[in-house]
Amino acid sequence: MIPLEHYLVLGAILFALSVVGIFLNRKNLVILLMSIELMLLAVNTNFIAFSHFLGDISGQVFVFFILTVAAAESAIGLAILVVVFRNRASIDVEDLDSLKG
Amino acid sequence: MPVSMETIYLLIPLACLVGALVAGLFGWKIGRAASHSAAILGVAVAFVLSAFVVLPDVLVGHTFNGTVYQWGSSGDLPLEVGFLIDPLTALMMTVVTFVSLMVHIYTIGYMHDDPGYQRFFSYIALFTFAMLMLVMSNNFLQLFFGWEAVGVMSYLLIGFWHTRDTATYAQLKAFLVNRVGDLGFLLGIAAIYLYFGSLDYGAVFAIAPQIAPKTLQVLPGVDWSVLTLVCVLLFIGAMGKSAQVPLHVWLPDSMEGPTPISALIHAATMVTAGVFMVARMSPLFELSDTALSVVLVIGAITAFTMGLVGIVQNDIKRVIAYSTLSQLGYMMVALGASAYSVGIFHLATHAFFKALLFLGAGSVILALHHEQDIRKMGGLKKYMPVTFITAWIGSLALAGVPPFAGFFSKDLIIEAVHASSLPGSGLAYAAVLGGVLVTSIYSFRLLFLVFHGKPRMDRDTLHHIKESPLVVTVPLILLAIPSVIVGAAMVEPVVFGQYFGNAIKVLPSHAALAELSEHYFAAGGRTFDRVGTFTVHGFWSWPFLLALTGFGLAWFLYLHRPQLPETIRQRFNALYRLLLNKYYVDEFNEFVFARGARRLGQMLWRVGDVRLIDDLAVNGTARLVGWTAAVLRHIQSGYVYHYAFAMILGLFLLITFFVHR
Repeated sequence: MIPLEHYLVLGAILFALSVVGIFLNRKNLVILLMSIELMLLAVNTNFIAFSHFLGDISGQVFVFFILTVAAAESAIGLAILVVVFRNRASIDVEDLDSLKG
Repeated sequence: MPVSMETIYLLIPLACLVGALVAGLFGWKIGRAASHSAAILGVAVAFVLSAFVVLPDVLVGHTFNGTVYQWGSSGDLPLEVGFLIDPLTALMMTVVTFVSLMVHIYTIGYMHDDPGYQRFFSYIALFTFAMLMLVMSNNFLQLFFGWEAVGVMSYLLIGFWHTRDTATYAQLKAFLVNRVGDLGFLLGIAAIYLYFGSLDYGAVFAIAPQIAPKTLQVLPGVDWSVLTLVCVLLFIGAMGKSAQVPLHVWLPDSMEGPTPISALIHAATMVTAGVFMVARMSPLFELSDTALSVVLVIGAITAFTMGLVGIVQNDIKRVIAYSTLSQLGYMMVALGASAYSVGIFHLATHAFFKALLFLGAGSVILALHHEQDIRKMGGLKKYMPVTFITAWIGSLALAGVPPFAGFFSKDLIIEAVHASSLPGSGLAYAAVLGGVLVTSIYSFRLLFLVFHGKPRMDRDTLHHIKESPLVVTVPLILLAIPSVIVGAAMVEPVVFGQYFGNAIKVLPSHAALAELSEHYFAAGGRTFDRVGTFTVHGFWSWPFLLALTGFGLAWFLYLHRPQLPETIRQRFNALYRLLLNKYYVDEFNEFVFARGARRLGQMLWRVGDVRLIDDLAVNGTARLVGWTAAVLRHIQSGYVYHYAFAMILGLFLLITFFVHR
């Protein structure tokens, strides 16, 4: 039987990877979206693990919701990405700084 | 049903108030005659009740001191309307209402063609109401109310012809100069409340001897007697209202108002308020020799110097105005010498003859179609016999010729100052004696220039001169009668007798009048003998000789050798200019206070407002925000991942904080 800690450590590693992915990535917006997906999956892993070990089904229900939302979100994100590329001819993260004050 | 005295006390001021309200609020509807009837009726009721109900009641020894109405309270300080009816109040009420009534009647004639007729009646009735509230008060708060109300009414009345620039200037000046005095007065009242813990006359006077040894430090290291400070502050108020040097500047300018108002302000109301107040506060002033000396010296300076100015003025009303200043100085001198009863006595006699002189001047002005320059008058005795005779009576009374009213009061003031031993009494004695000569010169100069000699007005005016109507001459005659007899009638009870009783307090060490009183009563057994001896003695005294000299000088200079004054004027040009320009006090005030205040304001504006508030505080804040933002915006890189990082970092910190708390 794999203990809870292993799951949690896995989740933490996945989360940390995705955070680092967001911050260190200077090039591609697609990688950014992937990192966000990964972040959500890390959270899902935690939910599943806790659900299983605490015997509470609602954690798994949450995961369904999160998966649904994540799918919708990446669809929208990709759509925005396409529009950005069409407008600026680039999806480099470095170029997207129009928020700059 | 017998009416209680309290109702009557209440009725006296309220009658005036109702008259004023009817004339003021409904005057446009009820018309001129109804308006003046309402105002005159109100004042007449007040006069009749004062003279024929309250005064006899007081004479048999009934006094009243009580609250009528409590309109509020502040902490444990009750704010009340209360009346203190004693001989002093009763005398003032009678004088005020009588003169006011005469002025009311006279106004019918004088203001006949004025479009503001109803408004004027409303104002003067309200003025009388304010003055009555002032003299009848039994506490400092109501005194202050009356004090300020009188000030406001004088403001409205001096500027009655508000389309004239000079009138609005004069009214503003009167109001501002009075503010200076009122500041002192208010501080005095505040000091009284602080140290005495009450604003009620009775309570304050009762504990005054216990307060007398107390001192306080206004400037560090200098001990001042509390009572001296209080009295001097109150006297500063009196200096403003009673126009003493250096706060006298408003009074001559107040001649811009219609003549009836000059008579009312200068004879019965307003300017006498200060004198009355000091007499009323005699239990306080008696305990402070310093304050009495201040009163004495200020009064003496006013009495002499202002009289001198009166000699060179050419406006008929201004001459009389300076005479008022001088006579107010005399009253103050009497108060300073602790002869309060004499001061009030002079106030009463002065009220009659000064009202008479002003109304007489008004009558002349009316006849000459508002010409006020005495150089363009002359020879009026043929045309205006009633005005002429009454003006002579008023002037003789003013100059202090026995047996006219002014003689008794003025002679007693001089004697009282002579007997006083306060610091400054020597100066005051010289000033009041010199003042007699000066008074005599300016009064007879006025008479000779206006009524005697050759007419100097143009022919057109000369043809139209006629005696004023009855509403004008009747008050003149009614005022001339007391100007002759009131001195002889009042001198024994008011000054030497027990009329004032406990209303005025004089310490034995200040009893300047005691010696005089002894002399007086040594003269004979009957009142008639005593007054007679006093009068006859008056003919052999210095004041009368000085008055006679003044008369002779005035006759010589203005009737016998009319070209001589011009020569003197050229010889002593500097002195003449100094007097004509009223010692340049106006210019001094204009330069130092008015311009100084403007400079100060300009400085505060440039430095305080523009530099500190606008620049440093308001714009400075904006600049600081802008500068901070300019620095902080560098961390706003525009990269989403930076923001996300900040979010994560913040989340991490918050969670750490909550977990490890």
